[in-house]
Amino acid sequence: MASHHESIIREPLVTGENITYAKVTDDILKPVENMPNKAWWIGFTVASLGALLWVFAVSWTFWYGIGSWGLNKTVGWAWDITGFVWWVGIGHAGTLISAILLLFRQNWRNSINRSAEAMTIFAVICAASYIVCHMGRPWMAVYSLPLPNQYGSLWVNFNSPLIWDVFAISTYFSVSLLFWYTGLLPDLATIRDRATGIRRRIYSIASFGWTGSLKTWQRFETVCLILAGVSTPLVLSVHTIVSMDFATSLEPGWHTTIFPPYFVAGAIFSGFAMVQTLLLVVRKVLGLENYITMFHIEAMNKIILVTGSIVGVAYLTEFFIAYYSGGEYEQYTFLNRFIGPYWWAGCMMYGCNVLMTQLMWFKKIRTNIHVSWVLSIVVNIGMWFERFVIIVTSLHRDFIPSSWAMFYPTWIDVSIFIGSIGLFFTMFLLFIRVLPSIAMAEVKLLLKSSSEQAKKKLMAEGHLEPQQVEFYKESLTKFDSVELADYKK
Amino acid sequence: MSSTKFILGLFDDPDVLLHGIDELKKNSVPIYDVYTPMPIHGIEDKLGVKPSRLGYAAFMFGILGGTTIFSIVYYTLVHDWPMNIGGKPAFAVPDFIPATFEWTVLFTAFGMTITFFFATHLFPGRAPRVMDLRATDDRFVIAIDAKGNVPHEDITNILRDAGAVEIKHNDRKYVSYE
Repeated sequence: MASHHESIIREPLVTGENITYAKVTDDILKPVENMPNKAWWIGFTVASLGALLWVFAVSWTFWYGIGSWGLNKTVGWAWDITGFVWWVGIGHAGTLISAILLLFRQNWRNSINRSAEAMTIFAVICAASYIVCHMGRPWMAVYSLPLPNQYGSLWVNFNSPLIWDVFAISTYFSVSLLFWYTGLLPDLATIRDRATGIRRRIYSIASFGWTGSLKTWQRFETVCLILAGVSTPLVLSVHTIVSMDFATSLEPGWHTTIFPPYFVAGAIFSGFAMVQTLLLVVRKVLGLENYITMFHIEAMNKIILVTGSIVGVAYLTEFFIAYYSGGEYEQYTFLNRFIGPYWWAGCMMYGCNVLMTQLMWFKKIRTNIHVSWVLSIVVNIGMWFERFVIIVTSLHRDFIPSSWAMFYPTWIDVSIFIGSIGLFFTMFLLFIRVLPSIAMAEVKLLLKSSSEQAKKKLMAEGHLEPQQVEFYKESLTKFDSVELADYKK
Repeated sequence: MSSTKFILGLFDDPDVLLHGIDELKKNSVPIYDVYTPMPIHGIEDKLGVKPSRLGYAAFMFGILGGTTIFSIVYYTLVHDWPMNIGGKPAFAVPDFIPATFEWTVLFTAFGMTITFFFATHLFPGRAPRVMDLRATDDRFVIAIDAKGNVPHEDITNILRDAGAVEIKHNDRKYVSYE
């Protein structure tokens, strides 16, 4: 059957009264079908200025080479790879939401998967731009592909994690894009059928002629399920391979077997923080409180808490293993994170990622929008410092004290980083302007089973355990989009 | 002779739509297609649509992708130019796993999705063959080929009794062509 009754003790995934299928479409397409509001224009202006800064700084790098960065012969990787790993990690939450939560039948993913996947794609674009930039001569990127050439042919070395990374990131980007776009087709068709003139033509081309016929839907669901099935190991493999860029080296601080799971957990951790940062603003500005509810916010905060704690355990394990290994270089590297000249970066890393997220144990904090938003920013900062500590703090004092050095970013380093954030937000703001930020078809699926009004109907029909009804009413008190007066006796 | 090409029953609720399908089947009215704004589970069983075979396609493409890249790696690193890396064997299978895995996933995803687009005739720029513009918004549409299915009044009545909010007799097959 199309709808089945869901247990009353489950919290509603769509709140509000009189939510019909048509209202879902109207609400979600409001920003797409109308001129953007002032908040969007302000955001877009600031973001595109940032993107311009990025274009300028990247062009400068291409023109003068990476000598314009603050790198030296001891610290050969710094803000570039920090930024790369940070952005790739952020991307991971989108795939987790769209693929892994689909396999686990977590229906709350339906209203956040679209924008989270868009975020994935934009984050991976930012990450890939770092990789191309740090080559110095970006046209040499072609040599990372196994193509015949005039040197022999001299092939790429498939034993190298850096080549695995080329394969992993390019596959990840293209499969994410495919998954996202396939999921967009029904919603693009909805826009098309409501639009007129040139807009209709554009959305008509973009929607591939989707009609919503029976067989198309049936196959569409198969495609989504299998894409989710292959994306799940894919997303785990991507950050595993990113971590192997470090873990397969002999550098103290990098040479640890715990890196793959530790990096994957950290990636999901930082990604959910970025989803939280974006969606808390989006739901307010676009008026989507009924679709992205307090349940969603709290669920994401719980994931941040779990993954943040996994990261915390990984940090402790690293320290223990450094001590237990008896390797003096290893021990010095880890001690250096606290007593060396980069002690403040270490404090940011451990403080933001481990200590601050432990606040999420408290329900008051998890369900407080302002605090959640601030904490999500804190996590983003903390995860940037995690990569900075792993990369720069491990490198800057290597085996020979005479070559110890510090890393000082130049204005180009800083501009590329700030610019990449601008680029990311420019793309995200354009996305919410021209594409539906919530998967409409998928939210419509929830309407008859998991919405607040469906539950109200269930309660009106009676036949429910009074205790369960009380439990349900109690759980509604945290929602900011529910009229609690309706539930008073 | 009536000029009606298609009779459309528009429903505003998926459960009522399923009821409508049952009623039409009970009266032996063949259903041309069903258009819905979201996937409705259970229709495919009622209308006898077989499970999708895209999974087989996906599997074959996966095998193809894995074999392709493994062959490339084998040819380049073992056959064409084996390198002495610390005296280790050139045929280092564990090192070949990441690239093999990535291309397995890549080929599975793209092969299957392109097969899906091909099989359902989806491609950029295809003229949308929409029978009712609200079928992608909030209407659940049953389409019945008017030709041969007479009398039309009876079909209209079946649909109305089953709970259709609106019944259309379309003179054109598709409304979306300009």
